[in-house]
Amino acid sequence: MFDFLDSGQYDLLGAFWVTAQLALYSAIGSLIWGTALVSMRVSPVPLMRAFGTAYVNIVRNTPLTVVLVACLLGLNQTLLITLGGERSEGIGFRLAVLGLVAYTGTFVCEALRSGINTVPAGQAEAARALGLSFTQVLTLVVLPQAFRAAVTPLANVLIALTKNTTVAAAIGAADAAFLMKEMIENEADALFAVFAVFAFGFIVLTLPTGLILGWAAKRLAVKR
Amino acid sequence: MSSVLYDTPGPRAKRRNVLYTIVFLAALGLVGWWVLAALADKNQLAADKWSPFVTDSEVWTTYLLPGLTETLKAAGLSILIALPLGAALGIGRLSDHRWVRVPVGALVEFFRAIPVLLLMMFANQAYREFTTVSSDFRPLYAVVTGLVLYNASVIAEVVRAGVLSLPRGQGDAAVALGMRKGQTMLYVLLPQAVTVMLPALVSQLVVIVKDTALGGALLGFAELLSQNRQITANYGANTIATLTVIALIYIVINFALTSFAGRLEQRLRQGRKSAAVTLPAQAGAPDEKSKAVSDA
Repeated sequence: MFDFLDSGQYDLLGAFWVTAQLALYSAIGSLIWGTALVSMRVSPVPLMRAFGTAYVNIVRNTPLTVVLVACLLGLNQTLLITLGGERSEGIGFRLAVLGLVAYTGTFVCEALRSGINTVPAGQAEAARALGLSFTQVLTLVVLPQAFRAAVTPLANVLIALTKNTTVAAAIGAADAAFLMKEMIENEADALFAVFAVFAFGFIVLTLPTGLILGWAAKRLAVKR
Repeated sequence: MSSVLYDTPGPRAKRRNVLYTIVFLAALGLVGWWVLAALADKNQLAADKWSPFVTDSEVWTTYLLPGLTETLKAAGLSILIALPLGAALGIGRLSDHRWVRVPVGALVEFFRAIPVLLLMMFANQAYREFTTVSSDFRPLYAVVTGLVLYNASVIAEVVRAGVLSLPRGQGDAAVALGMRKGQTMLYVLLPQAVTVMLPALVSQLVVIVKDTALGGALLGFAELLSQNRQITANYGANTIATLTVIALIYIVINFALTSFAGRLEQRLRQGRKSAAVTLPAQAGAPDEKSKAVSDA
């Protein structure tokens, strides 16, 4: 039943490696972009606040599939942006990372905002009383505590991101979902085995994330 | 305009903020100008690419509205099937019997860990091989199956969190009145939990609407997003215009749902009758209980 594993025809580990890379690069990117967005949303400049709010509300309500398809059809096929990728899989991969960062950044922003809300007002007030500027209050006092409080929601975002990388198959990145689509058509009689293998792969990717970050959330939480 | 994070701006800070605004505006304008110039260069901004959406009602009646109907049909069917199934699974996970609780828990965790796209692709192939569902309806069936399996397990967690958030006294009082376990759940716990869960359920609907687009991209489901191929083929490669209109439709629907969930949450928080904590509508709430709710 599982003989397709030995046939050497399918590069399962390679496909999951692409998935893991997609998740890793997008996670780093969306953490940075999400932090930038949340900084804008709490900043003293009204225009930045408005931009942050508008961006989050628009992108969060757009399906990820639309975001990625827009990256492919708009950025790549219309504007001919390749982001330095060569063949179509390479371009698909880079565009997918870009789309995932743009999309996941909004959820990181919301997670961090809820983290900021857990920081007692006295912390920021004390920092201001010491004469710190907004940037200093945010980067030295509020955000470090917000990150520690936001580990659990950020872990959920990361797990959702790992699962969302499958959408990259829609724009031709050679990830696990792309391989599964090919395999269930070729190995139709081993449908359940193929599904089991891929399901197992994703459980292996997401379960440790949840466990490790759940443990980290308890360790890191600010005791109040 | 003041916040706890910064002082009320004085004259210097005001000047600085104006400077930041100008710099930010310039950066935004530069990016926007570059994009628009590049699009105009590719002839994507020409009026005849955009005008069909205003002047030609056929774009709407032949492509967009049927696509939207399919999207809403799939989303509606999914939530209708997933709600009772999710409630049953959630209650099953709270069961006093180990042999119910453990397998239901494993089932819920399994389907929550699998990307919904894989479930859809699996369902699509399974319908092709084991059933006689005609190929016209197969994508719809596959999309709904995938969404139901995934969202039922998410809703199960929402239901469980909702019931667990009720004060212990509610269940105890019901038992003291001589109610059976089923009665306690049906008449005392669930009705209160439903109000607690409502915002989370409405925002789950947003996730469902967004996920229907997956079927269009990979399974050939004729929903809203997949119409972009037809439209760009028939109206002269107006990719950008079509994508913009389609994205706007999604955004309007989902934004309405999101803000409805937000308002619902606020109202429940203000005028709540039960002592339970309202589950947050949005992804990424800090407390442990909302774990199930957050889903990007």
